[in-house]
Amino acid sequence: MRLSPDELIFWQYGFIKLNATIVYTWGLMLVMVVGSKIITDKLSPDLQRSRWQNMLEIIVTGILKQIEDVGLERPQKYLGFLGTLFLFIAVANLCIIIPGYEPPTGSLSTTAALALCVFVAVPIFGIEEQGLGSYLRSYTEPTILMLPFNIISELSRTLALAIRLFGNIMSGSMIIAILLTIAPFIFPIIMTALGLLIGMVQAYIFSVLATVYITAATRTGKSRRETGE
Amino acid sequence: MTLDTYTTIIAVASIATSGLTIGIGVLGPAIGEGRAVATALSSLAQQPDASATITRTLFVGLAMIESLSIYCFVVSMILIFANPFWNTATV
Repeated sequence: MRLSPDELIFWQYGFIKLNATIVYTWGLMLVMVVGSKIITDKLSPDLQRSRWQNMLEIIVTGILKQIEDVGLERPQKYLGFLGTLFLFIAVANLCIIIPGYEPPTGSLSTTAALALCVFVAVPIFGIEEQGLGSYLRSYTEPTILMLPFNIISELSRTLALAIRLFGNIMSGSMIIAILLTIAPFIFPIIMTALGLLIGMVQAYIFSVLATVYITAATRTGKSRRETGE
Repeated sequence: MTLDTYTTIIAVASIATSGLTIGIGVLGPAIGEGRAVATALSSLAQQPDASATITRTLFVGLAMIESLSIYCFVVSMILIFANPFWNTATV
């Protein structure tokens, strides 16, 4: 019984280990990067276009619309970061229908790395949008007394992002592994379907929460006063 | 009282605690999620125009509640499969 794909080691040389998390992460990255490259090499602006280009357009415009709905003003600027987060987590969780595959998002290393990316990106976007002083002042909203609690919430929400994704995906694969040992073959299929649903919901939630955090960090003092918050 | 006895006591305590953890720890989030979904459904019935906002907020809120029970699940899994106290028994 493995708690995470980190413990499945494919190849070891001294202290360098290639575990399942790294291998599958790089495999997914390869598939996504090469696939996007191949599709975007032959883009056509008219109505005669390939079905793959159609799929990419649907995904990109959908993500843009979701970012805009949350309240960011220029979604194109954040599309790269947030769209990458969503697509990577979604593809990683969708691939559990492939036999022998272990989702890299079921390892705390991957989810902690993704959460750290959000933790670093939020202040960068915030300072870019409203300047250093204004961003630091936002920690003292509504009063200076809230400063430690705002800092604590910044740290704890990062931890929550990591643990939420890890726990959901890890529990899904663990339940399937337990069922495979005790139940006939039909029950793991049902649980895999449930795991697919949970994986997609978690990908959506991870990216929406990142969007919400960035939105909160990029609202300038002027717009905060206008909305009365 | 041999070393084995103490190890058995650690195992019993870990298994019982992990069962209690997930049992009690899921109670609260379950009630909370039920109330959240019920309220969201009645809001949807009253304001079908705002369905996008309501659904998104509902999902984000459910994720927050969900993560509480996931914490309990992670703790119970650690207690069963990756117990850090196995080798602490001394005679």
